[in-house]
Amino acid sequence: MAAHRCSYSALLLIICSLSMFIVADSQETTLTGDNHATELDNPQTATETAGQMAEQPAVEERRLWEATEVEEATPDDADTDKQDTSTPETAVPSSVPQPKDDFQEELVIRPLHSGDIYASFQFRTLWETDFMRGNKVSHYRLFPKSLGQVISKFSVRELHISFTQGYWRTMQWGQPFLPSPPGAELWVWFQDSVTDVDGTWKELTNVLSGIFCASLNFIDSTNTVQPSASFKPLGIGNVTDHSFLRYATLPREIVCTENLTPWKKLLPCGSKAGLAVLLKSEKLFHSSFHSQAVHIRPVCQDWQCKTTSWELRQTLNVVFDLHTPGQGKREWSLFKMFSRTLTEACPLASSSKIYIDITDNPQGEQFEVSPATPLLSQAMVLGDRRTFSVYDLTQQITFGTVRSLNLLIRWKSSEGDMLRPLLHGERYVAGYGLQTGEIHTLMYNNHPYRSFPVLLLDSVPWYLRLYIHTLTVASKGKDNKPSYIHYQPSKDRVRPHLLEMLVQLPPNSVTEVTVQFERALLKWTEYTPDPNHGFYVGSSVISSLVPSIVAMDTNSTREQPLFSSFFPCKEESSYFVRVYTEPLLVNLPTPDFSMPYNVICLTCTVVAVGYGSLYNLLTRSFQIDEPSPGLAKRIANIIRKMRGVPPL
Amino acid sequence: MKILTFFSLFSTFLSANSINVEENAGQFFSSGHTNNWAVLVCTSRFWFNYRHVANTLSVYRSVKRLGIPDSHIVLMLADDMACNHRNPKPATVFSHKNMELNVYGDDVEVDYRGYEVTVENFLRVLTGRLPPSTPRSKRLLSDDRSNILIYLTGHGGNGFLKFQDSEEISNVELADAFEQMWQKRRYNELLFIIDTCQGASMYERFYSPNLMALASSQVGEDSLSHQPDLAIGVHLMDRYTFYLLEFLEDIHPASKANMKDLFKVCPKSQCVSTPGHRTDLFLRDPGSALITDFFGSVRKVEITMETINLTDLIKEAEQKNIHTTANLQFPPLHLSSFLPYLTPYPQKPKQKDWHPPDGFILGLWTLILLVFFKTYGIKHLKHIF
Repeated sequence: MAAHRCSYSALLLIICSLSMFIVADSQETTLTGDNHATELDNPQTATETAGQMAEQPAVEERRLWEATEVEEATPDDADTDKQDTSTPETAVPSSVPQPKDDFQEELVIRPLHSGDIYASFQFRTLWETDFMRGNKVSHYRLFPKSLGQVISKFSVRELHISFTQGYWRTMQWGQPFLPSPPGAELWVWFQDSVTDVDGTWKELTNVLSGIFCASLNFIDSTNTVQPSASFKPLGIGNVTDHSFLRYATLPREIVCTENLTPWKKLLPCGSKAGLAVLLKSEKLFHSSFHSQAVHIRPVCQDWQCKTTSWELRQTLNVVFDLHTPGQGKREWSLFKMFSRTLTEACPLASSSKIYIDITDNPQGEQFEVSPATPLLSQAMVLGDRRTFSVYDLTQQITFGTVRSLNLLIRWKSSEGDMLRPLLHGERYVAGYGLQTGEIHTLMYNNHPYRSFPVLLLDSVPWYLRLYIHTLTVASKGKDNKPSYIHYQPSKDRVRPHLLEMLVQLPPNSVTEVTVQFERALLKWTEYTPDPNHGFYVGSSVISSLVPSIVAMDTNSTREQPLFSSFFPCKEESSYFVRVYTEPLLVNLPTPDFSMPYNVICLTCTVVAVGYGSLYNLLTRSFQIDEPSPGLAKRIANIIRKMRGVPPL
Repeated sequence: MKILTFFSLFSTFLSANSINVEENAGQFFSSGHTNNWAVLVCTSRFWFNYRHVANTLSVYRSVKRLGIPDSHIVLMLADDMACNHRNPKPATVFSHKNMELNVYGDDVEVDYRGYEVTVENFLRVLTGRLPPSTPRSKRLLSDDRSNILIYLTGHGGNGFLKFQDSEEISNVELADAFEQMWQKRRYNELLFIIDTCQGASMYERFYSPNLMALASSQVGEDSLSHQPDLAIGVHLMDRYTFYLLEFLEDIHPASKANMKDLFKVCPKSQCVSTPGHRTDLFLRDPGSALITDFFGSVRKVEITMETINLTDLIKEAEQKNIHTTANLQFPPLHLSSFLPYLTPYPQKPKQKDWHPPDGFILGLWTLILLVFFKTYGIKHLKHIF
């Protein structure tokens, strides 16, 4: 809470310093007098409703900032005026009603026990608009127009898209803030006014493939499913009719600079200022895990839900493998990781913060963070109470005298063990040969005494024909009967298998789900250009409400760090987790593609030699041709003829 | 755009020479195009074909540097080299040794990638027959005032180019696609460049007007690679495109370099193969067609205070155009007269290998016989014959 108040007053600080320039000296004394009054009020108002309050002054402040751009270039004076806290203008909300936008940026850094570093960027743009009726919006400020148009044209209620390279190793790294499967994942809830959902979905994927430079146009009916329970809307609105939901994954999708560039362009500051300057593709893709996502959903502005707004969350998670054992010193810095340091926050952002997870390091015995910060924050994240050091980039003091922030972590010891993730999943293909096989899915419940139910979603392409009668679910050697099974069989070349199950996981156990399948033989043109590489089967999705050790925060409108506020929390005793298993790579029987040429060559030879000679025999007439005699013989014959002797 | 340049021509620039200004203004309208497009295709998959991706990206880099925006470039890459797991430096593609020039850049937009690069998609992009929901970035939205650059690279043979190691496009299909583009008024002038083995065979069958074609090698020749890099482990580029890139790096939006310079980009001593070009379908003199007519879309704008009568200049330019293009601007659409099979483009005679002169061989044989007789003498002759 202290952090928030500090950030709030920091905003006011800057305003103050800017306005100082405009107003005359004589007014200054009166202003500061006012400021003290507002400051006194501040603690009371800010404690409970900091979230709501922060919105309006932030907007007001930005407008002021834009208007007085000239003064921005003189931060020295701003520093000197720092002692005066705030201006009266900020306390008074804007009287002109206009759609309010808000932008926040955040970077969380968590040293992982494997020695890697996990960095998670979150950028949130809020756009206050009545999304149910307001389809005719033409004014965009912070919200990217390209996505706004997509939402209104295709009547999208919620859109979640992620591009991931690499696989998140839950057992080594713990739970990510936002899970995503390898490759591309897209799931969309349409509004109930959409009549032709499949047609809209197809068009939407095409448009998104253009926006993100990705091959999302490969999403068609053969890899799209309608999960019945696993993917509930994350925003407001109680939609239960899953005919408006579409879910698809492309496990083979490549993620590279061309996907990152359009993603960065959606940010209000682009990659010019703020945390986004760190997003350099040479560094981001030189990592063990890279995931970027866009989540659009409608959210409430306040706890009564009087005003609604679109929330655009852009997240980027990356795990750097900077620790090479045996190299002695273990050190990490912003510059080493991103080849950049930070010099400013995005001027459009109402909040811009860096969090460093220091939960495992309360006394500083494991590692040392420099520059040190007095700001600490606690947040409930994935059923755990974590402590973070906070760096507020909207405050000039964060950057120090060198005007650049280069965070440095220096390890002293590498001991310590990780809290084992309570839920995690694995998957593999068993069997031999190219005819049949068996998919094994393992779900681990590491909770010592609580059992909890999980939803397992499996979407298998049609060319693996599941034998659903061989489906077995077993935990601790005993049969574990799922309480709910939703199975949709596949149709060849039309739709995939969809298998959803609700399974109760006993405490401290492994639950194994197996199902046998047969590999189909594809048509010649259905093979990919490199069929010997194999065919991918998307990750299974395990979604669950995992019992929490600490009480979770259920007040979703309270101001909290972005990374802990994505999945809405309904009860205090549990938290929502989604786990993705590995995608499968399955070999299908692959024909010898040069065979047609061989066949053609052989056939042509047979036709030419066999049929050709027979045809010749039947159609040609044969005559004995007398060879014409040589010149000497001919002369001799003429002489013999003259002599009356028979010719030679 | 045009109005803007009119204004700029009318407005102030004191030191301009009036004759020079009129000449320049006349040149401004002589090329006859108003927009530029580029279709850049790499058709090869797999890591060992790194050089083909680098080829395409280096052309991409050049056209982008010379002013064609990403929205006017359709870039097709059949495989992902930049983020390939074998790439020691991810998110980069280098065209020069020692990681000197990164042609991938930080804001590349790949429109078709991976399995999307197929013959069907390529022909659909050219002819504009795409599904209605295709996004604009994946379309070639050119018109009859567009100059289009088409660059292809990959593995090919006599009369075909392989796509992704699984299908191929033939030179007849390509020629027909260009004819369809011409009939649909999708281009003003088209520059076709291909860097593949036996590349000249790909433009032999062209029969549509306003086409200029360049290839890296003649029929019967291989195009060769250049610059093996030990760190990356593969060849970085093909020879022809390497020298093309070297040439294009020196071009700037106001360059006066013309197509004739482009023909001399890679002499046989450097390319090993013989680059070919075909200009008989192109109606202008290649010497008057600037490189930037195809590789860039930024027009040189100078401000002048002189009053220029533009109508004369435009008429002049138009008349010049009509004179040169009257016969072929809108050709009669009798298919029979355009059937490529009836009038194939005369192939260059195949180059013979070097042969020693006859006298030399005669002398050699005489020498052998002399030595023979010297050693064995005439009396042993009967044993031999």
